[in-house]
Amino acid sequence: MATAVQTVERENYLNANYGIKSWLLTTDHKRIAILYLISITAMFWIGGFFAMLIRLELLTPAGDLVSSDTYNKLFTMHGIVMVFFFLIPSVPAVLGNFLIPLMVGAKDLAFPRVNLLSWYLYMIGGATALVAMISGGVDTGWTFYTPFSTTYSNTHVIGAAIGIFIAGFSSILTGLNFIITIHRMRAPGLTWRRLPLFCWSNYAAAIIMILGTPVVAVTLLLVALERAFHIGVFNPQLGGDPLLFQHLFWFYSHPAVYIMILPGMGVISEIIACFSRKRVFGYEFVALASIAIAVLGFLVWAHHMFVAGISVYAALVFSLLSYLVAIPSAVKIFNWTATLYKGSIQYNTPMLYAFGFMGLFTIGGLTGVFLASLGVDVHVTDTYFVVAHFHYVMVGGMVMAYMAGLHFWWPKMTGRMYPEAWAKLSALLVFVGFNTTFFPQFLLGYMGSPRRYHAYPPEFQVLNVLSTAGASILAVGYVLPMIYFLWSLRYGEPAGPNPWNAVGLEWMTPSPPPTFNFDETPVVTWEAYDYEHQPQEEVTVGH
Amino acid sequence: MATSEIQVAEHALQHHFADMEQQKETSTFGMWMFLLTEIMFFGGLFCAYLVYRASYYQAFVEGSQKMNIWLGATNTAVLICSSLSMALGVRAAQMAKRKLMIVLMLITIVFGFGFLGIKAVEYHEHWVNHEFPGPNFHFETGDPAHPATDPQHTQIYFSLYWAMTGLHALHMVIGIGLVTWIVIAGYMGAFSPEYYSPVENVGLYWHFVDLVWIYLFPLLYLISKKHGG
Amino acid sequence: MADHSEHTDYVGHVIPARMYYLIWAVLMVLTATTVFAATIELHIFNIVLALLIATIKGTLVVLFFMHLRYSTKLTMVTVVASIFWLFILFSLTMTDYITRAWSTYTGH
Repeated sequence: MATAVQTVERENYLNANYGIKSWLLTTDHKRIAILYLISITAMFWIGGFFAMLIRLELLTPAGDLVSSDTYNKLFTMHGIVMVFFFLIPSVPAVLGNFLIPLMVGAKDLAFPRVNLLSWYLYMIGGATALVAMISGGVDTGWTFYTPFSTTYSNTHVIGAAIGIFIAGFSSILTGLNFIITIHRMRAPGLTWRRLPLFCWSNYAAAIIMILGTPVVAVTLLLVALERAFHIGVFNPQLGGDPLLFQHLFWFYSHPAVYIMILPGMGVISEIIACFSRKRVFGYEFVALASIAIAVLGFLVWAHHMFVAGISVYAALVFSLLSYLVAIPSAVKIFNWTATLYKGSIQYNTPMLYAFGFMGLFTIGGLTGVFLASLGVDVHVTDTYFVVAHFHYVMVGGMVMAYMAGLHFWWPKMTGRMYPEAWAKLSALLVFVGFNTTFFPQFLLGYMGSPRRYHAYPPEFQVLNVLSTAGASILAVGYVLPMIYFLWSLRYGEPAGPNPWNAVGLEWMTPSPPPTFNFDETPVVTWEAYDYEHQPQEEVTVGH
Repeated sequence: MATSEIQVAEHALQHHFADMEQQKETSTFGMWMFLLTEIMFFGGLFCAYLVYRASYYQAFVEGSQKMNIWLGATNTAVLICSSLSMALGVRAAQMAKRKLMIVLMLITIVFGFGFLGIKAVEYHEHWVNHEFPGPNFHFETGDPAHPATDPQHTQIYFSLYWAMTGLHALHMVIGIGLVTWIVIAGYMGAFSPEYYSPVENVGLYWHFVDLVWIYLFPLLYLISKKHGG
Repeated sequence: MADHSEHTDYVGHVIPARMYYLIWAVLMVLTATTVFAATIELHIFNIVLALLIATIKGTLVVLFFMHLRYSTKLTMVTVVASIFWLFILFSLTMTDYITRAWSTYTGH
């Protein structure tokens, strides 16, 4: 390369080629990550739009904004969009796609064309589901319980099911790519015990994607067949068991929540290590805990069915297993806390989000343990307690981790810094808005307010109004990053290769990275999170 | 190595792999991972089968009496033969025997169509006898001494029969398509002993489809002692 | 095509054609056996025997036709994992169905 000082912009993955075709036919994992970023953000706002309508309806006890049928469609579509088209892909498809090849020192994922295919499948699945929603909606709940979804619902169940089915294949292909890349394409010297915990987490999530998604795919296929051709496997009139649907559905959908949270936990590990200037405490335990969560997560699904009619003996087994699955998550929280201890803490925006994650995920996780207890579950199941629980882990946990990761790696992805003051303000707004929205829902649920109801007794109004007010603060907290991230693309301060002084292969290439990531394959000679002896120029990564 | 083979090999090496060995091992591992998802995909149906067979054994027995065991057995044999021709075809690709590979792949396709043809005959038979679930479903054992225990439960048996064999047949169709692609690409000289992983991977897919049938056949056709033919 | 070495690593293990024919023959015999076994009344063992034969056939297909015997340990782990996960799905689901009758209140 030229050694003279260059004033023209260095070639990177963003300016390597121009034109829509170079983006839509790209096989560069970084460009695909950006494509995902744009489409996932769009889905987030669509899901948020449904949430806004829900919260507006719940401002008053009477069902006066929308009809009950419409309300059923609103919470269904909010759930479908947020679960299948936002939460499940978010960290893996955006951050995982971008970072995993960089973190393992590879030039791309194992199957770049399959990666592009997975984005197209996501888009086609999303479009199909959106068409189903626009042309009349779905009202079965995102859980599609039978026989309502197979026989009695008059809405676009098949369209939504097909959309989710296609998006499921997108997820499978992403997971497949990650597992194989991490197994087969690590740079020399990068042993499993030197692998960043972000990679361990995405690897564990990918295992779940591979093993669980096909089951929900075939289950939704059966629902579609039953609706279309009366292949009556779930039809009680024939002796079919609606609970079989629930078993098959939750076999995936419970591990799915670990698909969502594990990559987020991976992000948190990276951020806490960097902004404590310390190795993650108990690295091996955190890595193994990720795998443990992935495996144990498959053993607990019927805790969603405690009151549905399963045998009480099966319920006991699943309750016990559900207590067990909390343990590896707790191990991670303890280890992160120990990492902070005597660390040199820096309160940047990603770290603020990480703190938020730790507190809110703990609350969400603990309330999950409450729900695992059969006695408690009988009282609070299908109430707002459950709604609050899963929003604490999903929004207070997962979305915060996603925001943390976006901020942490934004300089790497775009070569620009975001405005720190605005970012800190947004983080604060998100934290305050989130708790104001969802903590009252624990109280509402405990007092008996059921979920999926568009009207409620007047004595619950104050808490509902508080919740809606919180939601508007939360919305502002999410709108601001949209604005300042876009602003930063043009006016943000240019970032160098390693603005955070972090340890990791991704920080050893320029920001934004060149198309092929590294000029020469790096050779790794240091341990993960080696913040004591940070190697600066040891690795030949070219420029 | 001959120059033309080096050219094929270098052309086939993708930029993010260090060498052909890594590429081949990676792509084979990828196919196995994909087959793992297929196992779980069919697994959901097998789980449904397990649950209902355990609950409605007699109705399932009666339903399976309506299966033509000879057509089913023939189909099993057809698939096993197709797996043989496929395995030999992959071997031929490994040994640079292009013409032999193409012939064996074509034989595999013929067997594949044979399977689908027999399946079509069976489906037609079931359709004409109202053994398709839905409003037109009608089931009788045909033996006045042993009337149907519960036709509704037998309808569930048939639902699973059509869903499982239908999904399997769909995979066969896709498989035939993939093998056709191998034939065309092989004819155009795309494969060599250094680069034959697409052939191997299509082979893996084909054998997997055979494997599913190896389980479908006894579970659907051979539930119990056959009464009569 | 020109000569090549069969010892280069990435060509992979070339299995003699004889082996494939042998496996094919065994599979055909096992198929005939399972059909024949279905004509004998063995009550509960009908299904046990049928599944046993199917598993032997399947194992032969996976080991030899699909080359698992000559593949890496990682591939073996993948296959075992898939069987294990199916087992999780089947067994935990069946804990519900098998034990439902245990708590049926008969009114006595």
